[in-house]
Amino acid sequence: MLKITGYADRLYCRPGDTIAFKVNCEYPSYRADIVRVICGDSNPEGPGIKEQIIESSVAGRYPGRQQAIHSGSYITVQDRSLLHKLRSFALQAFIWPTTPAKGRQGIITKWAADNGAGFALIIDEHGRTTLQLGDGTGSIDLTSVEQVLQPRRWYRVCASFDCESRQVCVIQDPLEPVPGFADRAFVSQPCALMPLANDAPLVFAALASGAEGNRTEFQEHFNGKIDSPRLIARALSQAECVAAVNVQLAGNDPDCIGAWDFSIAMSSQIAHDSSPNRLHGQIVNFPTRAMTGWNWSGEKVEWTQDPDQWGAIHFHDDDLYDAGWDTDFQLEISPAMKSGIYAARLRGGDDEEYIWFTVGPAPGERRQIALLLPTASYMAYANDHLGTDGTGAELLNNIVSVLSPHDLFLNERWEYGGSLYDVHSDGSGICYSSRLRPMVNMRPKRENILGGFGRSRLWQFAADTHITDWLEAMGYDYDIITDEELHDTGYQLLSDYRAVLTGTHPEYYSTEMWDAVSSYRDRGGRLMYLGGDGFYWRIAYHPEVPGLIELRRAESGVRAWAAMPGEYYHSFDGRQGGLWARQGRTPQSLVGVGFAAQGFDISSYYTRLADSHKPGAEFVFQGIGANDRIGDFGLIGGGAAGLEIDRSDFELGTPPNAYVLARSERHTDTYLLVPEEFLETSPGLGGHENGKVHADMVFFTTQRGGAVFSVGSIAWAGGLSHDAYRNNVSRITLNVLRRFLDEREF
Amino acid sequence: MLRSIYRVDPIRDLPLAQEFHDSPIGHHSANLQRVLNVLRGGPLKGKYVLVCTIPHKKWQLATLSGERGKPVNLVPNIFFSDLKQAEWDIFRRRWEEHTGEILPIT
Repeated sequence: MLKITGYADRLYCRPGDTIAFKVNCEYPSYRADIVRVICGDSNPEGPGIKEQIIESSVAGRYPGRQQAIHSGSYITVQDRSLLHKLRSFALQAFIWPTTPAKGRQGIITKWAADNGAGFALIIDEHGRTTLQLGDGTGSIDLTSVEQVLQPRRWYRVCASFDCESRQVCVIQDPLEPVPGFADRAFVSQPCALMPLANDAPLVFAALASGAEGNRTEFQEHFNGKIDSPRLIARALSQAECVAAVNVQLAGNDPDCIGAWDFSIAMSSQIAHDSSPNRLHGQIVNFPTRAMTGWNWSGEKVEWTQDPDQWGAIHFHDDDLYDAGWDTDFQLEISPAMKSGIYAARLRGGDDEEYIWFTVGPAPGERRQIALLLPTASYMAYANDHLGTDGTGAELLNNIVSVLSPHDLFLNERWEYGGSLYDVHSDGSGICYSSRLRPMVNMRPKRENILGGFGRSRLWQFAADTHITDWLEAMGYDYDIITDEELHDTGYQLLSDYRAVLTGTHPEYYSTEMWDAVSSYRDRGGRLMYLGGDGFYWRIAYHPEVPGLIELRRAESGVRAWAAMPGEYYHSFDGRQGGLWARQGRTPQSLVGVGFAAQGFDISSYYTRLADSHKPGAEFVFQGIGANDRIGDFGLIGGGAAGLEIDRSDFELGTPPNAYVLARSERHTDTYLLVPEEFLETSPGLGGHENGKVHADMVFFTTQRGGAVFSVGSIAWAGGLSHDAYRNNVSRITLNVLRRFLDEREF
Repeated sequence: MLRSIYRVDPIRDLPLAQEFHDSPIGHHSANLQRVLNVLRGGPLKGKYVLVCTIPHKKWQLATLSGERGKPVNLVPNIFFSDLKQAEWDIFRRRWEEHTGEILPIT
């Protein structure tokens, strides 16, 4: 089961760039080749796998070695001599534990595992706030309160050690005590030993478990929020503990070692210490920031308006940013590599892995057509666990879930992380996704439970190769560009293309990406939206570090999890997250159609509407009969209108000059209207009864000779190759592409 | 997970089983869908799934553990070469578990 996995440091390249491949392999060796990917569909009913091996100096046999992933987030503060001088001390934080019964979890720790030295404020294996002290001789003192912590409640926890009296105090103080709910506790008892200083880092949300080579390992990860940690070099009275909550009062205390304020530099990986000691911490594996803190009143919802109320970081034992693997080999992109989708294809035993990347055009080599690969959407779905963990998967799809080896792998290997469609182990939504890890479901050939019944069952990356396959079959040269480069570069990336094609499902858009596409469209560009459920969710890319996106599943929308109130705003850029439609930008206003319904059993066909016979739109239907069913076939659910479908709506922003050319019909009752399309539940939300459950094909012109053609269906591209490309889906797409490449005005 | 008040009736609902047998995927009558909601809507623990063993050719019956991170359990020696046949087989298993009666359709 997936004995070879890998990833690269880059996603998009240009000639002259170098890309580094990192490989984990359980075989003694593997064969690597560089291939250009044209069609990644292994379905015998389809066009077949099409790859071209590229001559390359990196092709060859490589020794296999295993590389592990260490997930779980924490903060680490470098050891300092100042931390070795502690005699008496107090530790305090607010915590909102989500899994207090899951086992030992570190809160504030400075612990040397090899000789059992130091201190650790933790949750013990019984779920109680505990101070652990060790003197390095093997003696360990544990002082625990008697009451257990309850999940998802705020507590102020405090522990102090008085070296004169050898007394330990531990306090567990719920901020909202509930009569009869016994979780408030206090203990004070003597401690025989004197904790020994060590050179371990000071750690929040975990314990250091020793070094492996030159790498410190961490364990006993904390699940939940930590807010306002304090370290003071004195045993504090209760009044002093409460005063230390205020970061200024804490910092002014001459005994303050550290007073961390997590509301500062919200997008960064720095945990800011507001004390004069500046013991800034390094935040690892991107725990969630811009999370409501212990003092959030609910009166403000936007963290930039009063960051003090968002001083919490939500840690998870399964957070992952960068797998941190060593490089196995590197490829310099030669000018001979024409723009396309490429991969380092690795083979060993029965296993095959594709570490794909894109090559954009060399300067001066731009072609007329660009396929804009929706790589942000690939990242959103990367490593999804929908087949094994999605509670409603079979009911929603109305199909028994069909799992592939990579689904079983991901199920058992949570260190590979999840997708933005999954929840963390503590039930909180995953809102950051990284590509610096193997994205094992985003590969040629790999199927997905959302890919429709039978047939190819492809989704996102692999499904988009139906488009590259078609372009090649039609004899067109095209450039491959990506969401990530579009975000980084903006409108200039698109500006010279005669036609820009989208992938099958360009769902996730950053503000920068949207602005670039909108500018392209408004300055004479011609956009072919060959998918469904596009331009739906707003995301942010991290402003500094590569390969990381953020999403907040705020109000409404088809949501695999829901953001909590007060947590709708991005930590990366402070903007409001959620549906684009809720930011005043509907997909209909950009491309004429927007998400209307979804269903994952079988797809359907379109029939022509009256607009399709108007002179301005006739070119679309050259060679198509007036009564033909369009796309009553296809590799995705057996039809061209399927999976997620979009409809036009002039009230939602479809431009008033838009032609509504064709509309799908006869969707199954498994297709249900999306939640944002109805204000009140009532019967008749499915394809059999609801008038809004359909895909619309739309065309409209824009200024300066621009235009947009939209199919409003994820399944469209699955119809392109039917009957050796002799079909009306291919013909319509070809008619539009030809016309878009012709510079004449409409 | 659904908590339907509907109990599948092994006699009265037999025509619906026949309807499913004839066309397991796609358009269903409302009454068949009500039965399917019961049979498809159970908890994840022990839920039947299929695991692909040869792409596009062979699938094995399996059950979910229902617990995060715990392996999927392959049911030994139950393989299918057709997904519709697999749907029917699983439907039958669930019908029989739910009603306590053998489903007299082959």
